[in-house]
Amino acid sequence: MKYIDEYRDGELARQLAASIGQEADSARTYHLMEFCGGHTHAISRYGLEDILPANVHMVHGPGCPVCVLPVGRIDAAIWLAGQADVILCTYGDMLRVPGSKRLSLLKAKAEGRDIRMVYSTLDAVKLAQANPARRVVFFAIGFETTTPPTAVAIKQAQALGLTNFFVFCNHVLTPSAIAQILDSPEVRELGTVKLDGFIGPAHVSTIIGSQPYEYFAEEYQRPVVIAGFEPLDVLQAVRMLVRQINDGRFAVENEFSRAVTRDGNAKAKSLVADMFELRKAFEWRGLGLVPYSALRIKHAYAAFDAERHWDVPQDSVADNKACECGAILRGVKKPIDCKLFGTICTPENPMGSCMVSAEGACAAHWTYGRFRDTKAPTA
Amino acid sequence: MTLPRRSHPRPLDLNSGRVDLTHGGGGRAMAQLVEELFVAAFDNEILSQGNDQGAFSVPGGRMVMSTDGYVISPLFFPGGDIGSLSVHGTINDVAMAGAVPIGLSAGFIIEEGFPLADLARIVTSMAAAAKAAGVPVMTGDTKVVEKGKGDGVFITTAGIGMVPAGIDISGDKARPDDVILVSGSMGDHGIAVMSQRESLGFETAILSDSAALHTLVAAMIAAAPGIRVLRDPTRGGLAATLNEIASQSAVGMVISETAVPLKPQVLGACELLGLDPLYVANEGKLICICPPEDAETVLAAMRAHPLGGDAAIIGQCDADPHHFVRMKTAMGGTRIVDWLAGEQLPRIC
Repeated sequence: MKYIDEYRDGELARQLAASIGQEADSARTYHLMEFCGGHTHAISRYGLEDILPANVHMVHGPGCPVCVLPVGRIDAAIWLAGQADVILCTYGDMLRVPGSKRLSLLKAKAEGRDIRMVYSTLDAVKLAQANPARRVVFFAIGFETTTPPTAVAIKQAQALGLTNFFVFCNHVLTPSAIAQILDSPEVRELGTVKLDGFIGPAHVSTIIGSQPYEYFAEEYQRPVVIAGFEPLDVLQAVRMLVRQINDGRFAVENEFSRAVTRDGNAKAKSLVADMFELRKAFEWRGLGLVPYSALRIKHAYAAFDAERHWDVPQDSVADNKACECGAILRGVKKPIDCKLFGTICTPENPMGSCMVSAEGACAAHWTYGRFRDTKAPTA
Repeated sequence: MTLPRRSHPRPLDLNSGRVDLTHGGGGRAMAQLVEELFVAAFDNEILSQGNDQGAFSVPGGRMVMSTDGYVISPLFFPGGDIGSLSVHGTINDVAMAGAVPIGLSAGFIIEEGFPLADLARIVTSMAAAAKAAGVPVMTGDTKVVEKGKGDGVFITTAGIGMVPAGIDISGDKARPDDVILVSGSMGDHGIAVMSQRESLGFETAILSDSAALHTLVAAMIAAAPGIRVLRDPTRGGLAATLNEIASQSAVGMVISETAVPLKPQVLGACELLGLDPLYVANEGKLICICPPEDAETVLAAMRAHPLGGDAAIIGQCDADPHHFVRMKTAMGGTRIVDWLAGEQLPRIC
């Protein structure tokens, strides 16, 4: 496959890994957080941990859109699906995320609610067109990458004159989450979590550009390398970070230059700015309330806002007490530090969100890497 | 029907739980439903072996019987339709015991209002598939349900066959050091079906691999009667099927990413759809596990057959106590090839 195989070349991977091994200072460690679940998935799926030197540690970040959505918002989506005449539609992974009382959208569907999986926001608009007597709610989630398609869907619904299409908006912002991690006591004061640098988002950065990261690199003195989601992208980014750390530099560098510019996608950004505004605060699973970290629909588009059309419950619901998703999303704990991991929490029966999406740290470790654990549960 | 022997973290909630789509997806949830409800209730030695067919002794030898329901959507797809699929799938389940298929039954559940022209097209295709395979449909049943109570047509076929003397093939017979082979490229069927889904709207030149594999099996066991395991990687694809065999046989497995045959079009479609081709269904491919000394002979026999031209050795069994299926990645790392969690593609067979 052209433009894919080039980034999955085993021989090049071995050369890159060898060069990282030579350049990494054996007298120190390198703790690098890959923010995005896409990177976490690539690292696990291609077994990159096996070829990186032992003193380079990858710390999994919170960049999995499914994982960071708090229980309360899942419950709210299930609630919406139960309202009169509603068809609730969303992306596939969301269906399995556990809400409270061991419910999920998938289970609510089995109980008779009309819940459908869509591949794109425009399918949701089509659903509203095809079912004029029903009210179609698109459960919108995701970082900056999935926000423009949601905006396009609302524009389209407006152009079609639809009055039965609504968006339950849960779009969140990457830079606020990175700042929250760097500001957390574990990183800033206690030093229990060592973070020497960041692998910056791939797809998110195609929209927002590399410029928004310049603030952290400067303010928190941590290097950031924006990287693509292919295995060679990740290895190259690790090498660039190791070099910056060795040189004592903390710049924003762009490994993913084939898709990311400094200013990002101006058209997408202006579309999003036209339709959405910042929420004062939004709850993230694992990070708690993060100021100015999420978007809501502007007044001008209120007719499409599910939160204005229905009195959607805004409750904050606590995670399962034993679930360590929060600490795992902050990089404080690893999946195997959680008592539930692999015992009662597996991808079939996820207790926490990190076990749901293939991009979640727990699901990635369970699915691809658990054979490395000394006391691995039997398959 | 397949029964991996494994326990599940949480028992099936028979009081207030409900069937959801994962219970038919070929992954762990389905394995749990089969294990904790069906096998427990029907409780007998033949079913408990957990193969896609039941084998039993009759005067004059060993017979196998198998049954399979077909609910595929859409009914017609590139390279086949529900009719030919319902013949091939059940012949294959019989053949995976090394058996020579003798005959089939066919049960139809048809939705009120279903066009007779479509039904005729399906039945004609079934008849052609049965004739080409030399396995007649010997009995049948027809039911019609009210509009809205079915989705066009569902077909259930059952098949019987005789196992040649001296052949003993079963999912629990893999041993450490045994070699794992596949008969051709993986994932063609699932992608061909996916390409026809309205909501996806992509075009591909990929045809379903739907085919009856009994003549390939006959050629393989003629060349190497010591073959230990045969199974067709349908729902859940190569990954699920290897995991079933690993847990049935209590072995581990290591396969090589670069050795698994995959068509570029399938890889491209999987890339677009976010699927892992190892989990995509096949309907005309088989997995074979044989002692190391037979591997080259089996491979040559497969490649000499029209349905095994792209056959390849993809890995080996080992004594891993956790029965993990692992894969050496092209990058030089190792990862697990796990059971499918949930369902990847609904109603592909």
